Amino acid sequence: MGKIDCERAIYELYQFLDGELSVERRTMIQVHLDQCSHCLPAYHFEAELRMVVTTHCSEVVPDHLKQAIRGILGIEGT
Amino acid sequence: MAEQERFAEQAMEYMSPLYAAALRMTRNPSDAEDLVQETYLKAYRGFGGFTEGTNLKAWLYRILTNTYINTYRAKKRRPDETELDEVEDLYLYRRLGGLEAANRGRSAEDELMDTFTETEVKLAIEALPEQFRLAVILADVEGFSYKEIAKILDVPIGTVMSRLHRGRKNLQKQLYSFASDRGLLPTEDPVVEQVET
Repeated sequence: MGKIDCERAIYELYQFLDGELSVERRTMIQVHLDQCSHCLPAYHFEAELRMVVTTHCSEVVPDHLKQAIRGILGIEGT
Repeated sequence: MAEQERFAEQAMEYMSPLYAAALRMTRNPSDAEDLVQETYLKAYRGFGGFTEGTNLKAWLYRILTNTYINTYRAKKRRPDETELDEVEDLYLYRRLGGLEAANRGRSAEDELMDTFTETEVKLAIEALPEQFRLAVILADVEGFSYKEIAKILDVPIGTVMSRLHRGRKNLQKQLYSFASDRGLLPTEDPVVEQVET
């Protein structure tokens, strides 16, 4: 894999945010980001957006479903 | 018996995330409840097939996903599920990235958090075609690795990456249209249409 330019940095953005790059590759991207006013804000934006998606998707389990699952698992009420 | 009890206690922990994933998959609370119950039933009956020390969460999600695919998808098959627009990289950033500059003193994070409601994020995920939706749920909502997702969905890692890539960009497009519908965008048209290769 070659040198990091902006195109490459944006191409690998998701793998970076997903923690799927090797340490070496991750460091190379980080070095690019530290010096690139074009890519750094884009990375921050995408990271924040990911957090918004994650935190906005939680659900409260209805009590009757909890009861039913406890029943299935053979667990008495808490 | 003790083993089964321990399994039950551990499996209980994942009830909320499994239910959330089931809701995004089925898009319907009643189906989601049935799906989660069926998942626990299968897990409880088949827990002998689960190897202690391996990833219980991933194992439960595999049961959930397979049950969903085999039961609920068959019921409501949609045509052309694989059709998805090509969307440029950084779609939302190019359109909303300047938003924080327009609102002095607020960070980009606060802006984004406030820009989209929970309902909008959920609807945007649910609007994705199934194969992309499953990948995005498993990665972005549940935090599974590519390898784990590949195993859960029984597809190669390259397929996981491509579905995530396209799914996420389409999610951004959907979110943008919500923001646009609500008039949340800066009035002076910031959208610069650009064709990137």
